[in-house]
Amino acid sequence: MSTPLHGLPRALRLAAIGLVLATLAAGFAYAAGWIGSAALSPKRIIDTFEDQAGHFPGYRKNHAKGLCVSGYFLSNRQAESLSRARVFSQAQVPVIGRFAIGGANPHSADTSVPVRSLALQLSSDDGEVWRTGMNTPPVLAVSTPEAFYQQVLAMTPDPATGKPDPARMQAFFAAHPESAAFRQWAKDYKAPDSFANSSFNSINAFALVNKAGNRQYVRWSLMPETPFVALPGPVDDPQYLQHDLQQRLSQGPLRWNLRLTLAAAGDPVDDPSQPWPAERRTVDAGTLVINHVDPPEQGACRDLNFDPLILPSGIEPSADPILAARSAAYSESFNRRSREAAQLGARP
Amino acid sequence: MKPAPVAFHPLARLLHWSMAVLIIAMLFVGVSMIADLSPRHTLLISVHKAIGLALLVLVVIRIILRLTLPHPPVPTDLPPLQRLAAGASHLLLYALMLAMPLIGWGMLSAGGYPLPLQLPALLPHDLQLYAVLRRAHGWLAYLLFATVLVHLGAALVHALIRRDGVLRSMWPGPIRRQPLEAKE
Ligand code: HEM
Ligand code: HEM
Repeated sequence: MSTPLHGLPRALRLAAIGLVLATLAAGFAYAAGWIGSAALSPKRIIDTFEDQAGHFPGYRKNHAKGLCVSGYFLSNRQAESLSRARVFSQAQVPVIGRFAIGGANPHSADTSVPVRSLALQLSSDDGEVWRTGMNTPPVLAVSTPEAFYQQVLAMTPDPATGKPDPARMQAFFAAHPESAAFRQWAKDYKAPDSFANSSFNSINAFALVNKAGNRQYVRWSLMPETPFVALPGPVDDPQYLQHDLQQRLSQGPLRWNLRLTLAAAGDPVDDPSQPWPAERRTVDAGTLVINHVDPPEQGACRDLNFDPLILPSGIEPSADPILAARSAAYSESFNRRSREAAQLGARP
Repeated sequence: MKPAPVAFHPLARLLHWSMAVLIIAMLFVGVSMIADLSPRHTLLISVHKAIGLALLVLVVIRIILRLTLPHPPVPTDLPPLQRLAAGASHLLLYALMLAMPLIGWGMLSAGGYPLPLQLPALLPHDLQLYAVLRRAHGWLAYLLFATVLVHLGAALVHALIRRDGVLRSMWPGPIRRQPLEAKE
């Protein structure tokens, strides 16, 4: 029983052992995506952002230009029956946020980019954390990460003009009829002259879960209390929105109402390109008060990943594939910029 | 002195094989989830954190058992260099089994992420520290996988070529006494 093998039987068994180990190693490489088909990955999306906009070490790989803010959320308990999340019942919840413009270039002029964003972290007194990233459009042009990637490619700046090729964009939209609602929004949209009077939308749907375990799908929006004023024609100041925000906050706090739009049975809850009918019931869940803005590239928001799937108990993700892709891509962006920050020694 | 046992304690064997399955699953889940952006990514990340923390509890129990229960010696006829390699690779496996979940926990803390079960942060929120730990979590995972492969290869050599009692001493099923005692 304990006599070691020699000769051919030994060689054969050694080869068998080698084969077992090689198979496992190949399986590992395949699982990691190092070999085999190149499916769309978070890495490829972030690489493409950087290919198009340039490499800006330490900055977010999308929505690169922004300012950290802070304040609090005043819940009015109207949404308490919809969700057991403490943010909907706690009187005042501390908030860290970030106003930004879309795009991966941290040096873009504020008013050169149509999309603006607000990312928030609400930390309730039961230890739960809610992070949400919201944009100004109410819908996305696409419903899948693959189509999103095609859209990014279609927007590749033409080296001659520095702008996306209109023919390529048109071809993309023609191939993606689900973008109709987004195109309509883009056509009708009048940019407000401030972050303060912009509204921000979750776009993706989430499920609210109440104490009884009932689920209600919702989308949420932050509706500004500051009245709308259209952006004046061409603007010279590249930091127009940042200066405006600093100026307004030096005068006093800014407010938004958190509006939940309730899906009805049959509404598309997994498709961020499809709006819900305008007559859907809404619930005003409380008021966001922003009273402080940090200097550029500073503040508590900088080193946070506003992963939209960081949710408190009582709010759950929908099966929207864009939501999962965002979570994966934000993590890749966060990893990359943290690595760059460590290499730079200081952060931008 | 009591003679050393010929096999590991049944509890040690149970832990060895259940942890082996879980760790290999964790390695495959880990590398595949970060390359994935489908809703499976969301599911796998939470499974990964849950199993990873369970493994932290298991490895602590396992190290205590290893230090307290008697265990079979390495075969005496093994060349000194191979004995050293066996000892070193086992030490490395224990170190990595302990380090991986701790780094996972520490890296979420340093990244400013909320923790499963509202566990306390192990480390302060610090982006540069996060960067170091996130890379360490990746590279040490690859080292762990390589060490597991070497370990598996060595176990198979013991079983199929040297044909000593080493694999049987950790065998998941009941141990057949006869051949082991014959060897002593
Ligand atoms: C598949 C689609 C999308 C991808 C791949 C994507 C990717 C990214 C990435 C990589 C970042 C930088 C994250 C960081 O480093 O912290 C980012 C930021 C952001 N994204 Fe998206 N995004 C997508 C869709 C959306 C949608 C639908 C919304 C809004 C509803 C949105 C809102 C935001 C906001 C608000 C930020 C800024 C976060 C901050 O200020 O820290 N994104 N996005
Ligand atoms: C034995 C235990 C563990 C093993 C073997 C393991 C293995 C891995 C591997 C192989 C990866 C992919 C790394 C890469 O390719 O860069 C990974 C990523 C990750 N691990 Fe673990 N892990 C363990 C424990 C944990 C624990 C306890 C946590 C947290 C509680 C954790 C959290 C994570 C996270 C969040 C990521 C991905 C982060 C990102 O999106 O970049 N891991 N792990």
